[in-house]
Amino acid sequence: MDGASIANPPVPARQRLVLVGNGMAGVRTLEELLRLAPDLYDITVFGAEPHPNYNRILLSPVLAGEQTIEQIVLNPLSWYAEHGIDLRLGSKVVAIDRARRRVRADDGTEVGYDRLLLATGSHPVMLPVTGADLPGVVAYRDISDTEAMIAAAAHYTHAVVIGGGLLGLEAANGLMARGMQVTVVHLMDHLMERQLDPAAGRLLQASLEKRGLRFCLGARTQALVAGAGGRVAAVELADGTRLPADLVVMAVGIRANADLAQAAGLHCQRGVVVNDTLQSVTDPRIYAVGECASHRGVTYGLVAPLFEQGKVCATQLACFGIGRYSGSQVSTKLKVTGIDLFSAGDFQGDGDTEEIVLSDPVAGVYKKLVIRNDRLVGACLYGDTVDGAWYFSLLREGRRIADIRDQLMFGQSHIGDTGHEGRSRAQAMADSDEVCGCNGVSKGRICSAIKEQGLFTLEDVRRHTKASASCGSCTGLVEQILMFSAGGDYSAAPTKKALCGCTDLSHDDVRRAIRTPAADGSRLLSVAAVYETLGWRNPNGCASCRPAINYYLISTWPREAIDDPQSRFINERAHANIQKDGTFSVVPRMWGGETSAAELRRIADVVDKYRIPTVKVTGGQRIDLLGVRKSDLPQVWRDLGMPSGHAYAKALRTVKTCVGSEWCRFGTQDSTRMGKELERALWRMYAPHKVKLAVSGCPRNCAESGIKDVGVIGVDSGWEIYVAGNGGIKTEVAQFLVKVATHGEVLEHAGAFLQLYREEGWYLERTVHYVARVGIDSVRARVVGDAAGRAALWARLQFAVDQEPDPWSEPARAGVDLRQFEPLSA
Amino acid sequence: MSPSASTVPQWQAICPAEDIPQLGARRIERAGCVPVALFRAQDGQVFALADRCPHKGGPLSQGIVFGHSVACPLHNWTIGLDDGCAAAPDSGCTPVVPVRVVAGMVELDLASFARLEPVAGP
Repeated sequence: MDGASIANPPVPARQRLVLVGNGMAGVRTLEELLRLAPDLYDITVFGAEPHPNYNRILLSPVLAGEQTIEQIVLNPLSWYAEHGIDLRLGSKVVAIDRARRRVRADDGTEVGYDRLLLATGSHPVMLPVTGADLPGVVAYRDISDTEAMIAAAAHYTHAVVIGGGLLGLEAANGLMARGMQVTVVHLMDHLMERQLDPAAGRLLQASLEKRGLRFCLGARTQALVAGAGGRVAAVELADGTRLPADLVVMAVGIRANADLAQAAGLHCQRGVVVNDTLQSVTDPRIYAVGECASHRGVTYGLVAPLFEQGKVCATQLACFGIGRYSGSQVSTKLKVTGIDLFSAGDFQGDGDTEEIVLSDPVAGVYKKLVIRNDRLVGACLYGDTVDGAWYFSLLREGRRIADIRDQLMFGQSHIGDTGHEGRSRAQAMADSDEVCGCNGVSKGRICSAIKEQGLFTLEDVRRHTKASASCGSCTGLVEQILMFSAGGDYSAAPTKKALCGCTDLSHDDVRRAIRTPAADGSRLLSVAAVYETLGWRNPNGCASCRPAINYYLISTWPREAIDDPQSRFINERAHANIQKDGTFSVVPRMWGGETSAAELRRIADVVDKYRIPTVKVTGGQRIDLLGVRKSDLPQVWRDLGMPSGHAYAKALRTVKTCVGSEWCRFGTQDSTRMGKELERALWRMYAPHKVKLAVSGCPRNCAESGIKDVGVIGVDSGWEIYVAGNGGIKTEVAQFLVKVATHGEVLEHAGAFLQLYREEGWYLERTVHYVARVGIDSVRARVVGDAAGRAALWARLQFAVDQEPDPWSEPARAGVDLRQFEPLSA
Repeated sequence: MSPSASTVPQWQAICPAEDIPQLGARRIERAGCVPVALFRAQDGQVFALADRCPHKGGPLSQGIVFGHSVACPLHNWTIGLDDGCAAAPDSGCTPVVPVRVVAGMVELDLASFARLEPVAGP
């Protein structure tokens, strides 16, 4: 490696990338590209505006005087300089010479390209009425429009905004905040008809009228009339009405700006027609992203899809060639301070849809949920949008909702109960209030990170602030903060969630690929084979996907798949729990929480012999030895002479029991025996996440069966089984699964449920989240309703755990790499 | 920056390279010194870092190795094996110890090892 090279080979000339359009979509693509391949290109950027890339979504707060232009700049000039980008501001590209691969700007300069990225955005639509070119008539699209509006507001009184959509209302609100009398002229009968249904539109109108806006709905603009000085003075409607207007803002829509592409002979249909790799279908050297691109017949105007496109386009430009863009679902939120409005999907509905509507005009709350074939397909919320993000995720995932339908309207959100004092409305929180209790992140810090670092997605916020990155219970709050700090359409756009950054495949995709043999009958049995076959971006994955893939392999093909210790987290590799100082903790198994004098003596001797500093009784009725040196672990296991408690593993942990009918004067069933039977049947069972059971001998439920993955409660006539409870971040009460009579039936039902979870749960998904995703009805149908299916599930689980060794007493057979316990010396 | 820049390296044989699991690590302990983590990547390259994450001192030798990186077992920071530095947006570096493989034997620069500064613990 350190051998001196004799002659430096000539540095190959770098390829030239030219970006036309210095806006959010194009520059985001460059950012993604520079992350993947920082040195691949000499980059030139043409921007028609004289400003560096800024957050166009936040022009409305600038207009309303809530933010300044400096605050909304995303990439200062220094960013371009740092990355060696040749930035040409105020320079508009007027022609592309595809044959010579050169672009020409309006100042006469020419630049050659190897690849060309078009991100020319869109044009505002100007109504073709007389007077549209008068002074005082503006569009609402960029900084210069905004500055013109701010200047007009300082000198004039009357403004008319033509267009009652998202942009028009934001413009009207901003001008009103700057002291103008504003009338909104709208062709349709209600406001924001593309985002709201009539009922919500009228609520919005009433609330804006209360603030002082005036509306002319169902009104067609006939002409703009000049005053004495030649400036616009009035708007004339088709019915003859004349509205005084010193300023007219046209906000009737946008049109993809594909002029340049069209002139260059690229196939255009509203926008530049691109394929799933964001390449022009006419010329593969030319890419298009953002509002100017037309993908599968759709042009997007919201930021989340544009960023998705940017990401895919960057992988193509970086010559990775793996990303594909397959379209986005979008949601909208109006950025008018104090008005809560959210809509997503098909909120209008049609003959095939059902609606759930909650309307409280006095409180100013309106919610409509649109359902088709047992799935949420649209949502329109006004006044109370806390659950917008949750509805949006239900919509994207297409999850069946029958089992939660009766509570759907009341929302659930991702909001947990702990770590942020149970708060659910981020807007009401002070900057100093803690949002993320795990990592100690305040609302103020999240807001400033969003503004200063230009963050747009939940993932961005997690990466930069760690908020919501640990337990996730504050995810709902962080999403709300994103909504009003970064602008409306913050939502992650992809319709399915990739397993990790190494692939675009989802957990389900990967599981299916592992389960399904290839045409020649061969199967994927090792992590390396999965990565190779499924085209992973990184040859050995990352710390997120390796444990997941390893679990999917061993749970799908027990006794056949290769369990890779290096793909397991340290706790499962060392069969003990790592502590903050690098020592480990050891929890031996105590069946059903029962122990004996002999076991306790051995534990005491081990504590003395290995000078274990802390001995603690756990919540799961076991004993935890803390502060064990790693090199002592094999001897500690041997001296304890007890099986592993798997307290370190994504596996069956404990079966907590009450003492039951053997001793208890209230007990109706022998819960300790039942617990021991369950534990002996299920231990050594690896799962997507940890699994905790409890068995109580009577409905007093002293073993707390109501908050366990599987909770069993004895009643006089048998046993009730509850599943998918959780006592952690968000306390979740377990749901009733079935009542059975015998111990054998308890074993079979509990085992079948857990095997279903093992086969269908995503790695690191607890039973509560798994059941929420697939629905308790589907679980009941498989585990209770289908006797043959249940027996088969139970048999598969027994097959999987049957020959699994105890890693403590048989480490070699369990594949434990014993070298790790012996430090090397130097 | 490199602690060995001014002195002659003192190469000390540690173990055969195969004794480090592929995509895994071993820990080297020496009385009075900061422990060192030895890593072996998929491509066979061997790396040595002070066995302390720059974040909260987690033992990097216990992390999951992928590419030329290791994920700290305590809070999942990603540390580069080549330079000991945390991947953005996290920041901080842990010292790199010169290491080489000669005829299948891993050798470490003892002088650099002995000079590693004990860092204040978590």
